[in-house]
Amino acid sequence: MSQTHLELTGVGIDFPTDKGLFCALQNVNLKIAKGEFVSLIGHSGCGKSTVLNIVAGLYQATNGGVILDGREVDEPGPERAVVFQNHSLLPWLSCYENVELAVRQVFQGQKSRREMREWIEHNLALVHMTHAKHKRPSEISGGMKQRIGIARALAMQPKVLLMDEPFGALDALTRAHLQDSLMEIHAELGNTVIMITHDVDEAVLLSDRIVMMSNGPAATVGDILKVELERPRERMALAHDSRYHEYRAAVLEFLYQRQHRPAA
Amino acid sequence: MSNPNIATPIQETLKAARATALIKRWAPPIILPLLGILLFLLCWQGLANNIQTSLGQFPGPLQVSEQFGGLVSAHLREKEKASAFYERQEKRNAALLAKNPEAEIKTRPYTGKPTFVQQIFTSLYTVMAGFVIASLIAIPLGIVCGLSKTIYTAINPLIQVFKPVSPLAWLPLVTMLVSALYVSDDPLFAKSFLTSAFTVALCCLWPTVINTTVGVAGIDQDLNNVSKVLRLSSLTHVRRIVLPAALPMIFTGLRLSLGTGWMVLIAAEMLAQNPGLGKFIWDEFQNGSSNSLGRIMVAVIVIGLIGFALDRLMLLLQRLFSWDKNAVLR
Repeated sequence: MSQTHLELTGVGIDFPTDKGLFCALQNVNLKIAKGEFVSLIGHSGCGKSTVLNIVAGLYQATNGGVILDGREVDEPGPERAVVFQNHSLLPWLSCYENVELAVRQVFQGQKSRREMREWIEHNLALVHMTHAKHKRPSEISGGMKQRIGIARALAMQPKVLLMDEPFGALDALTRAHLQDSLMEIHAELGNTVIMITHDVDEAVLLSDRIVMMSNGPAATVGDILKVELERPRERMALAHDSRYHEYRAAVLEFLYQRQHRPAA
Repeated sequence: MSNPNIATPIQETLKAARATALIKRWAPPIILPLLGILLFLLCWQGLANNIQTSLGQFPGPLQVSEQFGGLVSAHLREKEKASAFYERQEKRNAALLAKNPEAEIKTRPYTGKPTFVQQIFTSLYTVMAGFVIASLIAIPLGIVCGLSKTIYTAINPLIQVFKPVSPLAWLPLVTMLVSALYVSDDPLFAKSFLTSAFTVALCCLWPTVINTTVGVAGIDQDLNNVSKVLRLSSLTHVRRIVLPAALPMIFTGLRLSLGTGWMVLIAAEMLAQNPGLGKFIWDEFQNGSSNSLGRIMVAVIVIGLIGFALDRLMLLLQRLFSWDKNAVLR
């Protein structure tokens, strides 16, 4: 692995509640290399999203901090683009305009109008959504919305792509399609990605490393699993690969035996 | 080659079925309201016939429609008189100029009593002015309150206290303020107009402020996060995210405001003797002729119809500007 690109050191966060401070995260340490695909997995409420929000700059860590390319992260910004769980497209803008809003904001003064238009078109093509660019989010399916959400994030040309359960709300077939698309894009662009997921198969299929989080309160990194399956990965081929099943079993074992499942 | 013995009865049955279907389709939206109105008119006429007031019999629908015709023809007569007046004046001036090209000519406006129709337009103009003033204050104020919890907490008590104040309580204060502050030799607006408009504005601020605040405060946190990740400036954030997201609620507020404003205006005009429909009613009441009650009833119905039309107009605008074409607006 190359040198550290993104580093979380001793990250902890307390939320004020009526009963005093609630310690959601404690001492989260993580080093991520450039181009690495890392998944965060853990039970509901273990603070996965909190970690992502801290990296995004939407939450401020109480202890420790996040360093990206030698600079501390202390506010949200387009170099850490977020793909939200429920797409978060602006419903009054067309798909094209949703991406355009991001592109205009990020590349103001750097790209000409024509370059911007080409860049928007390019990103829409990357997620295979050129055909629906003039539709409003309410007119397209959930999977398509998520594709546009990814296109918007990619169009910011982020150093790190943060994905908060991007495919959680989709049906299994659509999810598989989007996972394939994401692998394609990751292979082509080599972005650094942090993805939150609940889905063990998804984590093993997509990740270079799987960060398994212990249960809260005071959740932290429980274990890290290195997934050494060569890329490009093929869903069908992996189904018969014993290593794939071992990785899968390792994650399941962590989640269900080493971590008590919180009362659902 | 059809056999008429068989074809004709089938065609008859189809025709009958079509007729029934037509009735079923159109009965609820058209016939039922008409029935309701008819029933109301009958009851009204029946009751009116049995009520004697000091100004004669209480007017029923027949007398009211008579008065309506009278008011319209009075308006037409007045208009004729006015144009005749201007014609005479023009002729006189032309004659003066012909005699002496340097003669000073005067153009005087016609000074007849404003007619019912003119009062309607005065009222509409005044309510619109008040409504526009109120909206220009209320929408920005609502956005600020919705965006900042601090400002909202600071301002909310004031909103809650001023909101229930009756227009009639404001009116004397507004009248005095306008007289004191709007001193001009050549006033652009009549003082009475400003008094009415400001009173309307004071009363129709609140629904828009409150609904805008609720709309802005209720914006999906994810959309705000998008804005933060993109580092949108405050102005761009308001323009691209806040305004469109809160637009449905803003329109709800505006509709309520316009309705309130229209009600307030009539009361203000009555009390302050400002021109408009309110003054028309008050004048008729003071006049106390046997036609007065009928004319007041005409005004009541016209006020209702205009209020309804204004609400529909706002609904139309809301549909036009709404991005959510699936929303059911009523």
